Amino acid sequence: MMFMVVSTTPRPDAGRGAGPPSGAPHRRRGRIFARIPVRFRRLSLPYLLILPAILLELLIHVVPMVIGIWMSFLKLTQFYLRNWSAAPSVGLSNYRIAVDFDSAVGSSLLHSFLVTVVFTVLTVALSWLLGTMGAVLMQGAFRGRGVLRALFLVPYALPVYAGVITWSFMLQRDSGLVNHILVQLHLADAGDRPFWLIGDNSFISLIVVCVWRTWPFAFLVLMAGLQNIAGDLYEASAIDGAGWWRQLRSITMPMLRPVNQVVVLVLFLWTFNDFNTPYVLFGKSAPEQADLISIHIYQSSFVTWNFGSGSAMSVLLLLFLLVVTSIYLVATSRRRSDA
Amino acid sequence: MQIRKLGIIAIAGALTLSAAACGGDDTGSGAAGGSTEAAAPKTLTYWASNQGTSLDNDKQVLQPELDKFEKQTGIKVNLEVVPWADLLNRILAATTSGQGPDVLNIGNTWSASLQATGAFVPWDDALLAKVGGKERFLGPSLAATGAAGQPPTALPIYGMTYGLFYNKKLFSEAGIAEPPKTWDELIADGKKLTKGDKWGLAVEGASVSENAHHAFIFGQQHGSDLFDATGKPQFDSPKQVAAIKQYLDLMAVHKIVNPSNAEYSNGTEAVQDFTSGKAAMLMWQSIASQTKAAGMTDEDYGLAPIPLPDPAQGGKQVNGMVAGINLAIFKSSKNQDAALQFVKFMTSKETQQTLNKTYGSLPTVTDAYDDPAFQTPMIKTFQEILGTTAAPLPQVAEESQFETLVGTAMNKMFADAASGTPITDEYVKSKLTDANEQMQAGG
Repeated sequence: MMFMVVSTTPRPDAGRGAGPPSGAPHRRRGRIFARIPVRFRRLSLPYLLILPAILLELLIHVVPMVIGIWMSFLKLTQFYLRNWSAAPSVGLSNYRIAVDFDSAVGSSLLHSFLVTVVFTVLTVALSWLLGTMGAVLMQGAFRGRGVLRALFLVPYALPVYAGVITWSFMLQRDSGLVNHILVQLHLADAGDRPFWLIGDNSFISLIVVCVWRTWPFAFLVLMAGLQNIAGDLYEASAIDGAGWWRQLRSITMPMLRPVNQVVVLVLFLWTFNDFNTPYVLFGKSAPEQADLISIHIYQSSFVTWNFGSGSAMSVLLLLFLLVVTSIYLVATSRRRSDA
Repeated sequence: MQIRKLGIIAIAGALTLSAAACGGDDTGSGAAGGSTEAAAPKTLTYWASNQGTSLDNDKQVLQPELDKFEKQTGIKVNLEVVPWADLLNRILAATTSGQGPDVLNIGNTWSASLQATGAFVPWDDALLAKVGGKERFLGPSLAATGAAGQPPTALPIYGMTYGLFYNKKLFSEAGIAEPPKTWDELIADGKKLTKGDKWGLAVEGASVSENAHHAFIFGQQHGSDLFDATGKPQFDSPKQVAAIKQYLDLMAVHKIVNPSNAEYSNGTEAVQDFTSGKAAMLMWQSIASQTKAAGMTDEDYGLAPIPLPDPAQGGKQVNGMVAGINLAIFKSSKNQDAALQFVKFMTSKETQQTLNKTYGSLPTVTDAYDDPAFQTPMIKTFQEILGTTAAPLPQVAEESQFETLVGTAMNKMFADAASGTPITDEYVKSKLTDANEQMQAGG
């Protein structure tokens, strides 16, 4: 199968003609410029243009990351908080504690990691499935399509806090809407209402809320991807006698593959790292059954006021995500070039 | 300063690494603290803790006082009321970054922990003399202001302790003449009061600090020490296990606490259950503003001490902790003089009387007690508990970690109790052993 890859990379000669204006008032500057070879001048322009972005990227992402890695080798407790450069170095001991799965710290980190893996797989799968279904079903024009599309995007457009806090009210045991409906429908006994925010059910609640929040993103991107599939492909296949299902399998899904590759990766990273949803839904200490890793790390840093150990856990998480992402990208792009 | 700025970035970095976009918690404090630099020199930022029915209610209570202060001194105070669930973390973030408020409230049990960070201005005798001297302050409250032998890290402004509130109407309906005097009576009364959607007692089962306070009070009753002589944590001692089980059993075994209370986390829900008559008893600190808002009067509810243990049990005769709120000045504040004036104002006789009257708490300065409002039976009861049978939490640097670790462990235990897991000694011990290990790994 062949793919049309739309390239947005600017051609190398795109900057031509943007050289410095030469004129009398600029004689001195012009002389300096003149010493720089023309080729170099042309080459450097794009870099100059992205320089501010690179500096900001360094400041906002890379510097804190490096400092975070440095912190993970320190014993950064309350005694050094005000002047944490004075915190003593402890080598790898923060890491040793984090991966010592026999200890309370390590075993709870492992537990939280496994919970997060299961949670991420389920959430990404469900969000992707719903998003794809929604996008495919909305592909053909029908009355009310615009309204439905807008409606589907509401969870994504709502501020996280507003959306999730409403869920947490609805899921409360005594006064929540969910239990009220369950009791009205006689699915639950009024005297023994189920808990949704603590205990085993909290895991289900978390998945439902997260899927509710993330599937519109998959829907939005896949819908955009569908616009790019030329209509004559469907017409041609229809003439060849392909039905809806056949079209979906042989045209829609293969054509969407590059989009899917990105959507699944982004959903995975977002979901795995999700902090806001569990934090707003459960508060500071999430129930064990729904103890996602980002909130677990946050909680264990503040619980003992040892930010070095929290940083070590964060670095481990970063490494894990890097490895998964690289494997994923290598695997998916190989498949693409094989095809 | 450079280092501190790097510090903010570092903490932010550590949390972004885990992609923990902890919105309100850390970033917010940095921004809020910014006013110390940007605003005019005669402006203070003040973080108040949540003492009233809501954050808004606190603003309404405090604003008139702040206006009075501004009229007297020309210093404007920007008030932010911080919920209990966030306060400690926000203080930590402010300490790390040096971008905090000028003056702030702290839970007095955190005094020694925060003192260890060196973030606050120590109240040595010279500084204390400026607010009337050490002698003005109430002894028990002053005992909870930091490690022994060091100058206080913060000054007490509201004095509190725990008591047993009971609903008089529900008690008489159930045919109970007076509040329980022993733990067995409390359970028996609770059973009589529990029927339908009414419950004997309300607890804030997912509140870390409430849980930790009760772990301490009942631990004292069983004779447990949270730290051994060398300062090592021993949260899982058999005595502490028994203490926490005694508290959990109210829900798990005696069934006089609504299992839904295991979800209560923000520090107001159990009080609401009490003021709305859903629960007949509540072990809590002052709730004067909440009961007033609910239209309850002395006719409707009363206060008794939490039952003391049977002396034969071998523990201490303790039924409360020295609770309360302390006021601290951040060392990083650029308005030290203005901050001092504000502390002076907050500990002045008039302000002490007005605010403690509203909150139903105890003034922490002796000269404020000439107001008849502090001669009511309820205040007298609190005063007596605080003066005789209340113990301060250990004033050691690791105290806050005890509260967070054991309090969080108890959240989980309540959640399990609510969903019907049997709460055995082994179960409680295993959870506490985990907390103990985390403490040692972190320290």
